[in-house]
Amino acid sequence: MSGYEPIRKVISGNYAAAYAARDARVQVVAAYPITPQTSIIEKIAEFIANGEADIQYVPVESEHSAMAACIGASATGARAFTATSAQGLALMHEMLHWASGARLPIVMVDVNRAMAPPWSVWDDQTDSLAQRDTGWMQFYAENNQEVYDGVLMAFKVAEQVNLPAMVVESAFILSHTYDVVEMIPQKLVDEFLPPREPLYDLADFSRPFSVGALGTPDDYYEFRYKIARAMEDAVKVIRDVGKEFGERFGRDYGSMIELYRTEDADFVFLGLGSLMGTVKQAVDVLREEGYRVGAAKVRWFRPFPKRELYELAKTVDGIAVLDRNYSFGMEGILFTETKAALYGTDAHPLVRNYIVGLGGRDFTVKDIRNVASDMMKAMEGGETSEEILWYHLKRG
Amino acid sequence: MEVPDEIKKRLTLPFEEHFYAGHTACQGCGASLGLRYVLKAYGRKTIVVIPACCSTIIAGAWPYSTLDANLFHTAFETTGAVISGVEAALKARGIKVKGEDGVMVVGWAGDGGTADIGLQALSGFIERGHDAVYIMYDNEAYMNTGIQRSSSTPYGAWTTNTPGGKRHFLERRHKKKVIDIVIAHRIPYAATASDAYPEDFLRKLKKAQKTPGPSFIQLFAPCPTGWRSPTDKSIELARLAVQTAYFPLFEYENGRYRINMPSTKKDPKPIEEFLKLQGRFKYMTKEDVETLQSWVLAEWERLKKLAEVFG
Amino acid sequence: MAESPFKEDIERVQKEYSEKMTLGAVAVIPGSSVVNKTGSWRVFMPEFNKDKCVRCFLCYIYCPEPAIYLDEENYPVFDYDYCKGCGICANECPTKAIVMVRETK
Repeated sequence: MSGYEPIRKVISGNYAAAYAARDARVQVVAAYPITPQTSIIEKIAEFIANGEADIQYVPVESEHSAMAACIGASATGARAFTATSAQGLALMHEMLHWASGARLPIVMVDVNRAMAPPWSVWDDQTDSLAQRDTGWMQFYAENNQEVYDGVLMAFKVAEQVNLPAMVVESAFILSHTYDVVEMIPQKLVDEFLPPREPLYDLADFSRPFSVGALGTPDDYYEFRYKIARAMEDAVKVIRDVGKEFGERFGRDYGSMIELYRTEDADFVFLGLGSLMGTVKQAVDVLREEGYRVGAAKVRWFRPFPKRELYELAKTVDGIAVLDRNYSFGMEGILFTETKAALYGTDAHPLVRNYIVGLGGRDFTVKDIRNVASDMMKAMEGGETSEEILWYHLKRG
Repeated sequence: MEVPDEIKKRLTLPFEEHFYAGHTACQGCGASLGLRYVLKAYGRKTIVVIPACCSTIIAGAWPYSTLDANLFHTAFETTGAVISGVEAALKARGIKVKGEDGVMVVGWAGDGGTADIGLQALSGFIERGHDAVYIMYDNEAYMNTGIQRSSSTPYGAWTTNTPGGKRHFLERRHKKKVIDIVIAHRIPYAATASDAYPEDFLRKLKKAQKTPGPSFIQLFAPCPTGWRSPTDKSIELARLAVQTAYFPLFEYENGRYRINMPSTKKDPKPIEEFLKLQGRFKYMTKEDVETLQSWVLAEWERLKKLAEVFG
Repeated sequence: MAESPFKEDIERVQKEYSEKMTLGAVAVIPGSSVVNKTGSWRVFMPEFNKDKCVRCFLCYIYCPEPAIYLDEENYPVFDYDYCKGCGICANECPTKAIVMVRETK
């Protein structure tokens, strides 16, 4: 168990990401500025300038090149890191597929920000969730501590399964908000995260090889299957690494969904990221008032925690899915995933969708209480609004 | 048997081969020949980065490889960025890059992947000063997708999206002088080269290896399939491109220009000699040829002036 | 006549190549393209007249495959397993020691 002295600092979520990258001993950082990510790479540049980190920093001319340079670096055996947001992540999209296809364990922090137009720099999960099918693992941080811990775990998991991983934090709510973060002494981080042992290394000339050559219809299919399997296998690796993290440092991440007061709950709120901090607070309030509600925070969206979700769904009558994102023509993205994961199982809770907080719209404890009463009305079979509720909509 | 001295003297290329037969380039392909020369110059300790282009196919479908060197395939527009990342990783790991005994990092991209979609990443790579060599093999169109014009396609050329026809819809813009954009970065070393002059090309590759920082070489690589030219004329065409001053060979080194070929003392051959061997120019009118000829000569005068002033 | 320099490589590739899928589409056998005998593409084949050859090596230098190598006496040897018959060697030969003739298979 953890008998170590943590290094406590009051820092922003972005600084937590930068400190974690430093402590993970990343070797190459290639990044491009974008609000609200920029202070991550500024901090890393500062580490280099002060001699606190030995990093090759490539100040690229676009996010597309940031990911491409990370791919080149990772293929050459280095531990590579980058960070971006919204438009930048969308620009990277092509290369996200490349990173996973070439099986490179790059770690990236994405600061969730709304896609334009209209221009917005505020919190919205659609940017990262739109990268759902790129073969990247996705970890959603609730607070600054989870940003720090998430980056360290992401590297360990990624390097074991040979797939890239994204650590996602909220614009401003985490990225620029200061909070206490317990950092881990370097020696202990090194023990947790040893140097990378790459799958292949472009600097090894003993036996030349090529990566990513044309895959004919005879072979391409199997390469996809290998990635699919690696994602499946990642579930166990994530749990093991999360558990190990808990044993070493006292914060357990052994489950992919974090449950909060879900025992005996009639229904739970299901959601991602910083939103769930507010939800937990609301649950406390609602519990005090006698309502049996809980919160379930999806830590890892990819791979999707199907099994854990099923086990939770068996114990509750309702799930209120809070989506700070939207897939046009369908519904909230986590809502879709939740229903898909439960389809065909013997768990049949009422699942309803609340579209909340898009583009950084405030979503408060009061709002969560409103959602709770709508949810309870629906569960009682009463008159309710449509299944997908645009919660904040200013009508008229 | 002993190699006679006169022959030794004449064979100025390394015998060593790191590019293997059995590849699937078209007959008479100038790109595959160019890549063969590059690997002769740099040997096995080379990391080659190839974006989407003919060489993606030439290098072999999985699990085959034409190269006896490490090769990373990447997306169309990313060559400059990926070689930057590779170089950064080598440095981060304390591995010597470039120079006589260092690892050679080579970007090998076509004209579309360089002058069009990859221009931004190329600019970033040069401007940041990475120790790597970027080689643009110029076959003057998007050949791998089936001969579409690029910004490196010359005036008057037929391609599948400048198909001639009743309305005389041909390429109407002159070839982009991408090397001028490269030189605008004040790159330490840039050069043009041609498949027809392998010794000159290898000398330039070696110079690029020795020069610290980024290097750029634009290699003229004929494409019989896309140029509608006989497959045996590839080298002849590459030579004529130089002799007509359509594609002069020159170097830009630390701010100085030097013309290698053709001779600046006499007039270059008429452009028709280069055009007439290629089906892609058959739709050109007499006026079109004159337009191209005067552009070639004007550019040649400009280059000579640069070499005179900054020689 | 000298043996093809690729003979050993073909044996190596055939021995090492297995159906085992690698991760990340890594092709692990350098120069494994030699198993593709591209000589079957040929329509015209180079015919070599040793008497006219001055051993200038231009045919060897300009072969894009490469399917021309040099024997112990530095005369060119044509590897018909790979020669696609482009004719560059014949076009560049200064003494016309190489001529292209129609394939008679």
